[in-house]
Amino acid sequence: MDNRQKEINNLKDYKYGFSTDIENIQAPKGLNEDVIKFISNIKKEPAWMLEFRLKAFERFKVLKEPDWQKPKFPKIDYQDLYYYSAPKSMKDKPKSLDELDPKLLETYKKLGIPLQEQARLNGIAVDAVFDSVSVATTFKDELTKQGIIFCPISEAIQNHSELVKKYLGSVIPTSDHFFATLNSAVFTDGSFVYIPEGVRCPMELSTYFRINASNTGQFERTLIIADKGSYVSYLEGCTAPMRDENQLHAANVELIALDDAEIKYSTVQNWYPGDKDGKGGIYNFVTKRGLCKGKNSKISWTQVETGSAITWKYPSCILKGDNSVGEFYSIAITNNHQKADTGTKMIHLGKNTKSKIISKGISAGSSDMTYRGLVDISSKAKNSTNYTQCDSLLMGNKCGAHTVPYIKNKNSESNIAHEATTSKISEEQLHYCQQRGLNPEEAVGLIVNGFCKEVLQQLPMEFAVEAQKLVGISLEGSVG
Amino acid sequence: MKEQLQKDFNSSIKNLSLSQKDIEIKKFCLDNFIEKGFPNRKEEDWKFSDLNQIIKNNIGELSFYNDQAFTNKVDTSVFVDGLEHNKIVFINGRIEKIDFEYEKKDQIEIIDQSETINEFKNSNSLSDLNNAFTNKCFKILVKKGYQLIKPLIIYHTTNSKIWSKNINLRLNFELDKDSSLRLIDLFNDTSEKNFLNIFYNFELKENAVLKNYKVDKFENKNVKYSFNNIDQDKNSISETFILSSGSNFSKNEINCNLNGVYASAFVNGVFSLNNDKHHEIRSIINHLTENTKSYQLIKSVLDQSSKAVYQGKIFVNSDAQKTDGYQLSKAILLNKESEFNAKPELEIYADDVKCSHGSASGSLNEDSIFYLMSRGLSYQQSRELLINGFLLDVVEKITDSEIKNLIKNMIGIKE
Repeated sequence: MDNRQKEINNLKDYKYGFSTDIENIQAPKGLNEDVIKFISNIKKEPAWMLEFRLKAFERFKVLKEPDWQKPKFPKIDYQDLYYYSAPKSMKDKPKSLDELDPKLLETYKKLGIPLQEQARLNGIAVDAVFDSVSVATTFKDELTKQGIIFCPISEAIQNHSELVKKYLGSVIPTSDHFFATLNSAVFTDGSFVYIPEGVRCPMELSTYFRINASNTGQFERTLIIADKGSYVSYLEGCTAPMRDENQLHAANVELIALDDAEIKYSTVQNWYPGDKDGKGGIYNFVTKRGLCKGKNSKISWTQVETGSAITWKYPSCILKGDNSVGEFYSIAITNNHQKADTGTKMIHLGKNTKSKIISKGISAGSSDMTYRGLVDISSKAKNSTNYTQCDSLLMGNKCGAHTVPYIKNKNSESNIAHEATTSKISEEQLHYCQQRGLNPEEAVGLIVNGFCKEVLQQLPMEFAVEAQKLVGISLEGSVG
Repeated sequence: MKEQLQKDFNSSIKNLSLSQKDIEIKKFCLDNFIEKGFPNRKEEDWKFSDLNQIIKNNIGELSFYNDQAFTNKVDTSVFVDGLEHNKIVFINGRIEKIDFEYEKKDQIEIIDQSETINEFKNSNSLSDLNNAFTNKCFKILVKKGYQLIKPLIIYHTTNSKIWSKNINLRLNFELDKDSSLRLIDLFNDTSEKNFLNIFYNFELKENAVLKNYKVDKFENKNVKYSFNNIDQDKNSISETFILSSGSNFSKNEINCNLNGVYASAFVNGVFSLNNDKHHEIRSIINHLTENTKSYQLIKSVLDQSSKAVYQGKIFVNSDAQKTDGYQLSKAILLNKESEFNAKPELEIYADDVKCSHGSASGSLNEDSIFYLMSRGLSYQQSRELLINGFLLDVVEKITDSEIKNLIKNMIGIKE
């Protein structure tokens, strides 16, 4: 118990809240065509990529920032941000991990991602993204043997341009909503994954995102393509230093699953949530969308959202192929002044498509949590089913929990079932646990972990442990 | 449309003896409406039913002026048989008869309220339209401790004398302490292509009981919007039942404010639609204080290319501990062209609450049909039996047995 208490005390404060002094190259402040050209130029991108960006920027100019979301935030001055920031030493990319800036390696060590050791010991291939650029990818050799491409997207644009050209923007087009379009114009790096036909990726692929420089927005772009009959499980983790101002993170993630392919995408999001009075923290406005393009394909999103001042995202599945399956498992925890507006969209277009949504929301302190989701069964999606369950747990009477599902059924042969409940931890449950020797905080931790179990089970082993701990830590100080 | 509105507005106020101030208020409302126009899908509350489009497609050009100089003959054949009741009769938007023959005269007061200050806290443009064009507004006050012996039926009749018209109605009710009222709204339309815009305001004092049954059963080609605002004090009960079936388009909105402790609200609804009908129920239950309760049950049976929408919201204020809120919507889609949309919403700021909602939609259960057919029923019979049972569930929620039987007969539901 003492150990646990110590551990809690260590973790009580945001442990990833350090920043690293590394010399940066930054694009001039502001957003205009020159900055976009600068980014494209520094990345040595082909002409079509620049065209793609400029097209998105043209569209961006006419779009307005949406304001229908529940968590309101002060207006963001998009001209006051740096759109490109990269560690100086990365200008000429290091060939191997040994050439990396030792300070960078140290940062990742602090984050618990010792890249070198990881390359040897752990069975996970890691791609680390620092501010806006991908700094290191491990396990390359082994993956290449199987024909798997796992590299920074900037590299993929140069080396696998047919693939990128074909799929980039096919799920999230340049004409999409405000933040997605902004990302299309200025994205700097991210991960690219291609799993060839019939290959089952032998290890978990993982990316760590880290915002370091101040006043930068992070705009990364991830593209995952699972070719026929392949399988991949992809993990994503995120942290940022503690700063007083709010920082914008607007990423785009596109998944494409062809016939019989399966993609499992897990996120443990732990951006800096701001301090106890709600000062600072990351605005996490991410667009994640998966397309089940082929028959019998499957995309599954799992997310544990504990960080960020504002989380505003809806990982979605477009179930286009017949018999395709979409899943969404989510735990969102908000404490102090955090706000979250998250959920999913399941768009059924093909026959016999199935989707399942399990969402668990926990709000404590003065936070506010919204589940917002769409289930849309089109008239052609015969024999489709959806099951949705969203449960909310409230702790204290200063927080809020809201559920806003949109349910559209245009097909008489399809079934939709939706349930939602909101409640608090019952006195009896707490009493029962305490009677058996747990202190109130442990009791709450136990009950909350039980409440989230359905979702935690979906996470890969390594992440599940981390997530479980996070769940406990995020709720520190919310009882009693 | 702007010129038409201005012209009709001028002719309509000419016939009314209003003070300068009242005219100004009406004018203000008119300007508001002109600015906003009919609600369209860009507004969140009208996302699933674009009224602007619906009026364009169903009616085309609307005119807003109703010449109410002439009385209409009251057709007694529409009156409900076998149930003694009090009556208010609207014909083409004009009040023709107010008759509380079964009640103690001194216990009910009918007050002519023609001032048009907008009391509604809803922001949609239709309340402005209503305010600008209603010419008579009555308030019915049920005095302290009086419980109406017989139900009140409000007949909303329109006949073929009018078409492409907008009719605006407004009634206010006040139920004083310990009083009760059973109210049935019965729609009887033989007209076509009119837009009815009806606003009711209910004020329920301590221990008051309101039971409101809205029955739109007869086939007609009108477009209807009805808004009920219910304010509830301590211990009061409101029960609303909606049968939504006859009109081409209909949207019923219930806004219920549970202001007093132990107040409770019940909203039950049945959609039974065919052809190209498009109906919606939107309910907002605001739990504003402790120990309040709400219960909602909406069931739909949708045939041909009909469309039903249910938007239900439970709002729980941070003071409203011990709230009990429940909401369930179920739909059976009989035809591949039919459509059901739902947005069951919870907005909760208090932690010691029990709130849940459920929504399900799909086809008739094949296993159940098989079960019935294996016992000798035809396919058609089994289908009817299942639908009957499905809807009976909601009708059984009606707490007044006399009216329950009346409504059962009206929609042909057997026990």
